[in-house]
Amino acid sequence: MGLLDTEFSDDNIVITKVDDLLNWARLSSLWQMSFGLACCAIEMMATSASHYDFDRFGVIPRPSPRQADIIIISGTVTLKMATRIKRLYEQMPDPKYIISMGSCSNSGGPYWEHGYHVLKGVDRVIPVDVYVPGCPPRPEALLEGLLTLQEKIRNESLVKKAV
Amino acid sequence: MLKTEQMVLNMGPQHPSTHGVLRLELELEGEVIINVKPHLGYLHRCFEKHCEAMTYPQIIPYVDRLDYLASMNNEMGYAIAVERLLDIKVPERVEYIRIIMAELQRIASHMVAVGTYGIDIGAFTPFLYLFRDRERILTLFEKTCGARLLYNYIWVGGLSHDLPINFVNETRDFLKDFKKTVIEVNNLLSYNKIFIERTANVGVLPVDSAINYGITGPNLRASGLKWDIRRNDPYSIYDRFDFEIPVGEGKHGQVGDCWDRYFLRVQEMVQSIRIIEQALDQLPEGEITSALPKRIKPVEGQIYSRVENPKGELGFFIVSKGQLQPFRVKVRPPSFINLSVLGELCKGHLIADVVAILGSIDIVLGEVDR
Repeated sequence: MGLLDTEFSDDNIVITKVDDLLNWARLSSLWQMSFGLACCAIEMMATSASHYDFDRFGVIPRPSPRQADIIIISGTVTLKMATRIKRLYEQMPDPKYIISMGSCSNSGGPYWEHGYHVLKGVDRVIPVDVYVPGCPPRPEALLEGLLTLQEKIRNESLVKKAV
Repeated sequence: MLKTEQMVLNMGPQHPSTHGVLRLELELEGEVIINVKPHLGYLHRCFEKHCEAMTYPQIIPYVDRLDYLASMNNEMGYAIAVERLLDIKVPERVEYIRIIMAELQRIASHMVAVGTYGIDIGAFTPFLYLFRDRERILTLFEKTCGARLLYNYIWVGGLSHDLPINFVNETRDFLKDFKKTVIEVNNLLSYNKIFIERTANVGVLPVDSAINYGITGPNLRASGLKWDIRRNDPYSIYDRFDFEIPVGEGKHGQVGDCWDRYFLRVQEMVQSIRIIEQALDQLPEGEITSALPKRIKPVEGQIYSRVENPKGELGFFIVSKGQLQPFRVKVRPPSFINLSVLGELCKGHLIADVVAILGSIDIVLGEVDR
């Protein structure tokens, strides 16, 4: 992980890089905006609940966008909802991350062909960091998506954003 | 002379207790609600348009996504409607498996309703306990058909898979444990003094206005009317099972208040356990598909068929012009019609009660907007 580069025999002294410290702090406490859209939101709830326990990765649901670090787009984004999602995203403080959960928000999913009111992928309105496939994805898949995001944050730098 | 004016407060579409993407426009006089205007359409997924382009079996996955907490019940309702249109009978074993699945799904749906209602009121623990047990139902479904939430399991004229090995015993084990959970939830939440204070005498729905609004399902029964399609207009083989229909009694307040609506769901879970146990006892051996041609093509005609969903009466109106695709599929969604009463229930209550009332109606936005 690179946080504890050098450890002294004396307590309370650690030498590390600012990048590593910031990234470690950010990735270990990703507060999630509690915002469900459709079917995937139920799987997101199941991931937060007792069996899968999102809490152990530091993911705690926050109802307000102003206190959230990540937003999980869990479900079908309709044209009416797209402008609201954009506004919610703009209200979040930096640094902010997005997980797109499920085929609907990845690409429109089963509503791709005839869904005249469905946005064909949430990445048309906001920038997505991690896509989780599935309809709906299993909780394990969402957890894997979160771990991927954490890995991405770990490689960030103050001068250069990770791709 | 003091000048007063009403305030308009916006609630949603991003709000933790609107159960999805519902937006409410509250007109307030101080903290008292004068009027509630629900704004819909944030999850309109064009279901009826899709039905025009899909063949009859292809529609089933879209039916799943209407009320995504009760996919099995939706599939069963749709399959029964098409089977009545085709005028075919399904094998005995299929009927029993369908009922076992539908009742398990009813328990799972009520678990989410009861658990999230607890969260809305401020009790977090029952949610965790109920989701722990809900995972076991989902595991049973997953073993049967491979999916946790949206199954595509009940097909027109049959099922996609037979039951897996040991399904009967595992279901019995689950039911045995779940009976304890019901008692636990009752002790934690139902008879909790704070919970009763928040829900009793709040949002009282008299039975005559419930009928006028077309309310069905647990919300209607909580108002005191014994109306259950499983008993009053039996479909499938529900007439073979012995179960009670609980009605609201107004134990802690008036008949038809939020507590009644909440507690009715707990009682229904107990009745579902009874139905599943009887169905498991009588489960016959046999085929799981009836002899149907690969291309389902009903003759010209139309049908309205209804089933009792966890949320209320789910109806499918299908018009066939003798083609592979239906000419028109209209859904009668229980959540949408139950939601219409919200304005009347909220009038005269405080802002905090809106959350309690909305949670007790138990809507799913996938079905409201379709």
